Amino acid sequence: MAAKKILEVKNVAKQYRLGVVGTGTLSHDLNRWWYKARGLPDPYLSISQENKREEEGGEYVWALRDISFDMNEGEVLGIIGKNGAGKSTLLKVLSRITHPTKGSIKYNGRIASLLEVGTGFHPELTGRENIFLNGAILGMNKQEIAAKLDDIVDFAGVAKYIDTPVKRYSSGMTVRLGFAVAAHLEPEILIVDEVLAVGDADFQQRCVAKMEDVSKQGRTILFVSHNMNSVNQLCNRGLLMNNGTIEMMHDDIQEVTSRYLQDSLDSARRNVADRTDREGLGFVKLMNIEVVDQNKEPMVMALSGKPMFFRLTLMNSHPETATNIDLRVVLKNWREETIGFLHSKTSGQQIDLLPGENDVLVGFERNPLSKGRFVLDVGIRRSNIVEDKIQKALDFESFEERYYGVDYSTPNWFNGVLLEQKWVIG
Amino acid sequence: MKPATHTVDVQPEEHWEHTIDDSSTRAYKGWGEAFRYRDLLILFVRRDFVTLYKQTVLGPLWYIIQPLLTTLTFAVIFGGIAGISTDGLPKILFYLSGITFWTYFSETLLKISDTFYANQKLFGKVYFPRIILPVSISISNLFKLGIQLVIFLIIYVIYYVQSPSFGPTWHLALLPLLVLVEAVLGLSIGMIISSLTTKYRDLKFLIQFGIQLLMYASPIVYPLSTVSDRFKLIILANPMTGILEAVKYAFFGIGVFEWSYLLYSVCFTLVTFLLGMWIFKRVEKTFVDTI
Repeated sequence: MAAKKILEVKNVAKQYRLGVVGTGTLSHDLNRWWYKARGLPDPYLSISQENKREEEGGEYVWALRDISFDMNEGEVLGIIGKNGAGKSTLLKVLSRITHPTKGSIKYNGRIASLLEVGTGFHPELTGRENIFLNGAILGMNKQEIAAKLDDIVDFAGVAKYIDTPVKRYSSGMTVRLGFAVAAHLEPEILIVDEVLAVGDADFQQRCVAKMEDVSKQGRTILFVSHNMNSVNQLCNRGLLMNNGTIEMMHDDIQEVTSRYLQDSLDSARRNVADRTDREGLGFVKLMNIEVVDQNKEPMVMALSGKPMFFRLTLMNSHPETATNIDLRVVLKNWREETIGFLHSKTSGQQIDLLPGENDVLVGFERNPLSKGRFVLDVGIRRSNIVEDKIQKALDFESFEERYYGVDYSTPNWFNGVLLEQKWVIG
Repeated sequence: MKPATHTVDVQPEEHWEHTIDDSSTRAYKGWGEAFRYRDLLILFVRRDFVTLYKQTVLGPLWYIIQPLLTTLTFAVIFGGIAGISTDGLPKILFYLSGITFWTYFSETLLKISDTFYANQKLFGKVYFPRIILPVSISISNLFKLGIQLVIFLIIYVIYYVQSPSFGPTWHLALLPLLVLVEAVLGLSIGMIISSLTTKYRDLKFLIQFGIQLLMYASPIVYPLSTVSDRFKLIILANPMTGILEAVKYAFFGIGVFEWSYLLYSVCFTLVTFLLGMWIFKRVEKTFVDTI
């Protein structure tokens, strides 16, 4: 039996107009008209360059260009890409929040997304009233909500307070209730944006659990994430976006995620030297940072338990050797929680840099990081004066494989350091 | 780009339940969808009602105090000091009837004109037929009208018992139609302004003034019968004139009731409604990008 097509996206493009000087108010438009009527130039376009840009169409930006793909029933599509690649815009267009400038989207059934948790909650209304209101906003009708009311209340664990106004709920309860309603929607096509769920590990975990649940029921899911592990695990197809276009679409999700990782490694390697969002005197600067193995060969992905080093290329622009360098690498997980600190001074390492470029390696014989994405901040000091400080100098992916020598790995929500541990029973 | 396995081999007649595309010329097909969301409409109205009910005593009380204070002010300034005729009616009753029915129209219009702006967060997160919100406002405001109508009727009866120099006519049967016309007119103009404010934000400041101007162009502080021929055409061009005069004729048997005035109001409302729907439909698609 041929799989049934459920979603067809054809040549979708979305254009945004950049905030142009002088639009947006009636008084400006009237003023413009008054100047025009007297044969004077547009008062809000005094900079000639502005005019030129308009002629070139420079004041418009295509957030999506020529996006076409189909989805069959029961497929789980992972949508990945850098920030600003157009993932969120695509979701907005698919969920009908905004209209595409060009192209068409055809689908059967309902599209709903797990990102609007608690939308439209009114603090004065009781939990029960809010379930109905929120459910209706998400597209359910009264009977559907009534039929699922008990499940929703159970799921949220608010049975005791169901007739209490939501303003008396704790924020945790409100989120739980909102999620419970969204989770009991039964759309034919579900959109999950994990990127937007950042900051609440518990919530993210629930989203993913719900997704697994839904995909087992054979429903169609579009999953946006920065976490390549969850994408690899949950999706059977992948779509890589870049600059508002589809860079790659493939039935083998691994192909797509490794391409993404390769891309981001490449761009990270290019970027550090050019970055201007840094602090410090700059006589000693970080020029490059990458993940390498014990042979100083760059790695596409780090494996937990295996050797992993960061190679920092530092530029000393003094004509003489720079002594007393204090090098710090702050390790953060993808929720940007600090999980580790590598520090030359506290580990007793003396660093002197010759004039010109120097390579410094710091890392682990046994990479202690769990699976997931990690970020590094780098700081360089010399005699307690900041020479260079750069946030998110590198982000990379770590994969966990038999770190503890057994077939289990840490759960998906965990994104941190794997500790040596000892268990004593009895 | 597209793997071969996903080009569906044989699909004779593709049937799609929903289509989103860039054709803006196509006639509006959203009514069926809006109908499917009728439970949401009811719940929005319910929300407004319940939150009104759950407020402190002063909340609903304010709905009573507001028209009464305005009536007193009008009675002193326009009735007393300026000595404007009230068609022989008790001043309080004359002003209160006008204010009660005018307030429903003006408040509905004002609140709806803020729809896109006030609900941008909600609209930016989830899709539902946008038209539901303005419609729910015009329905919710009926509760307020109901409360104020009760107060009006109490005062009406008090005056009627004292001196029955006036009385209801069979035109009272037209009252639902009159309220409906007001509702649709307020909704339509509100939708037009709401759509325009997504581009022209400072339009908001003009509305307050415009509403006030329109009020003085309506027979609220004066009866239509005293308007001189010079101004009569302007006053009659106001679609609210026919409605307010009909209201007064229905309750008191006093005023200028003409079917032609009413017909004009209805036609004006219909045209405004079509225009409002057209603009609203155009703006609702992408206003999230610009607001």
